[in-house]
Amino acid sequence: MSENTFNSAVVEMRDAAISTLRDSSLTVVENVNWSVVSGEFWVVAGQQQSGKSDLLMTAAGLLLPSRGSCRVFGCETDSFGEAQLAERLRVGFVFAGGKLFSQLTVAENVALPMRYQKNLSVAEASHEVEMLLKIMELTPFANSTPANLATNWRQRAALARALILKPELLLLDQPLGGLGARHRQWLLHFLERLQRGHEWFGGQPLTIIASTDDLRSWRNLQRKFAVLDEKTFSVLGLWNENEFAQNAAVKELLAEPAGAIM
Amino acid sequence: MRGNLGKAFELANLQVFRHAATPKSYTDRLGRKLFLALLTVQGLGAFALITLGVILNKFGVARSVMQPRVRHEINRAGVSLLPMFFFIALALGFLVVGQTVSALAKVGATDYLGSTMVIVIVRELGPLLTAMLVLARVGTANVIELGTARALGEVEALEALGIDPVHYLIVPRVIGMALGIFALTIYLILGALASGYLFAFLQDVALTPGDYFKQIAEALNWLDFALLALKTMAFGFFIAIVTCYHGLAQPLRLEDVSRVAVRAVTQGVVVCVLIDAIFIVLYLVT
Repeated sequence: MSENTFNSAVVEMRDAAISTLRDSSLTVVENVNWSVVSGEFWVVAGQQQSGKSDLLMTAAGLLLPSRGSCRVFGCETDSFGEAQLAERLRVGFVFAGGKLFSQLTVAENVALPMRYQKNLSVAEASHEVEMLLKIMELTPFANSTPANLATNWRQRAALARALILKPELLLLDQPLGGLGARHRQWLLHFLERLQRGHEWFGGQPLTIIASTDDLRSWRNLQRKFAVLDEKTFSVLGLWNENEFAQNAAVKELLAEPAGAIM
Repeated sequence: MRGNLGKAFELANLQVFRHAATPKSYTDRLGRKLFLALLTVQGLGAFALITLGVILNKFGVARSVMQPRVRHEINRAGVSLLPMFFFIALALGFLVVGQTVSALAKVGATDYLGSTMVIVIVRELGPLLTAMLVLARVGTANVIELGTARALGEVEALEALGIDPVHYLIVPRVIGMALGIFALTIYLILGALASGYLFAFLQDVALTPGDYFKQIAEALNWLDFALLALKTMAFGFFIAIVTCYHGLAQPLRLEDVSRVAVRAVTQGVVVCVLIDAIFIVLYLVT
């Protein structure tokens, strides 16, 4: 890989060992060498407990690699401090299950990052929040608390919260987990629009990394794939049905769950 | 976990010791207990210093978000507890002050009334009782709220949004509790002294309200006011630190929250007693 590519990479991991949030001494993925370039859409697939969430959190600078290096927008994540806040805010993160703030309503959840980072009052932030809620079809739930929302809408509200600050890199941990078919389709379509350049971002394409334990919904030529299996991170590249069919880990991730009703 | 919160908990990674096998000999068990206690003190100290640093460094940051949060915490640890404190002040006056006044009057020692009231109510019972009640009412809620937020991953969510959890979650609670305990102590002292006189009056103690309050006013000096303010603020600060530390440091699972709440309240009581002891020494020295 040329030095030029290294500089233009949005996320760059070199021999990175990924540890877990719960126990920083435990390594779940070894020797990750990965480069994500601006405008790409990556899908990182792996079974449960394979380290997908930890890999994404490391890529967002929320966890440090226990070995090797991780750069986000050219900035080493181990130096991510208060001074690098502007760099950190270029990254949006959507946790599995949403992790919305339970004491706040949907509108307050979405407004919080913007109000905090830009020191805005509720009234000052309301226009943009209402606009985003409308784009995400969340307006009817604006005053609901997360406890009163179904998983489908909670996940969507979490995405809205991550998008309010208009990040350049969006990381989504299991975004399709627990979603109904209609919401799954909506989200996949919405993510594609974000990658191509959504009006919310003024037409600017977004770099997206999503994790999954079920590859069936993600099969698409526009996306790049990587797989986590037995502590190993493998870059597969663009979707290639024949080539991917040879990979045992991918085969498992494409398999119908036992007892699934078609 | 990165940032300020991570720093505090790295210093005292108690989980390793708590989950280690129990030693067989009593001396080893005692040693382990002592070691855990020291690590807790170290963790609490680091957390207190980090919180102080954040209060100073981020004083004007995100004012429009933080000011309502601070107001909410002052309301929760102060204003909303006023009805309960009105009742406690009445009870304290009837049970302690009234009986003391009556007993002193019986032996003709009403000259000592002022100094007795100042020592018992102003210096000791007022601040300590207020701290204990706020610890029980608000401190417990702190541990449970923060423990649940931690267990549900809300702290990581704050960090992902570039919001310092210490600034957003801890600072309003610390300020709210310090100001709340200070204000409630003043109300409790005034209420207890007034209701105490009422009780003594009902027992026909030969003491006019003017004499009663004059004696108390004469027994008070500037140091009482200064140390009362310092002591109550210290109670509030450390109760908030202990409860927030335990709420955020330990539980990653919802089932741990209740156990940690009990531990935090116990340590809160110990911390209050220790602060009280330090102030007794200060009163004796000055």
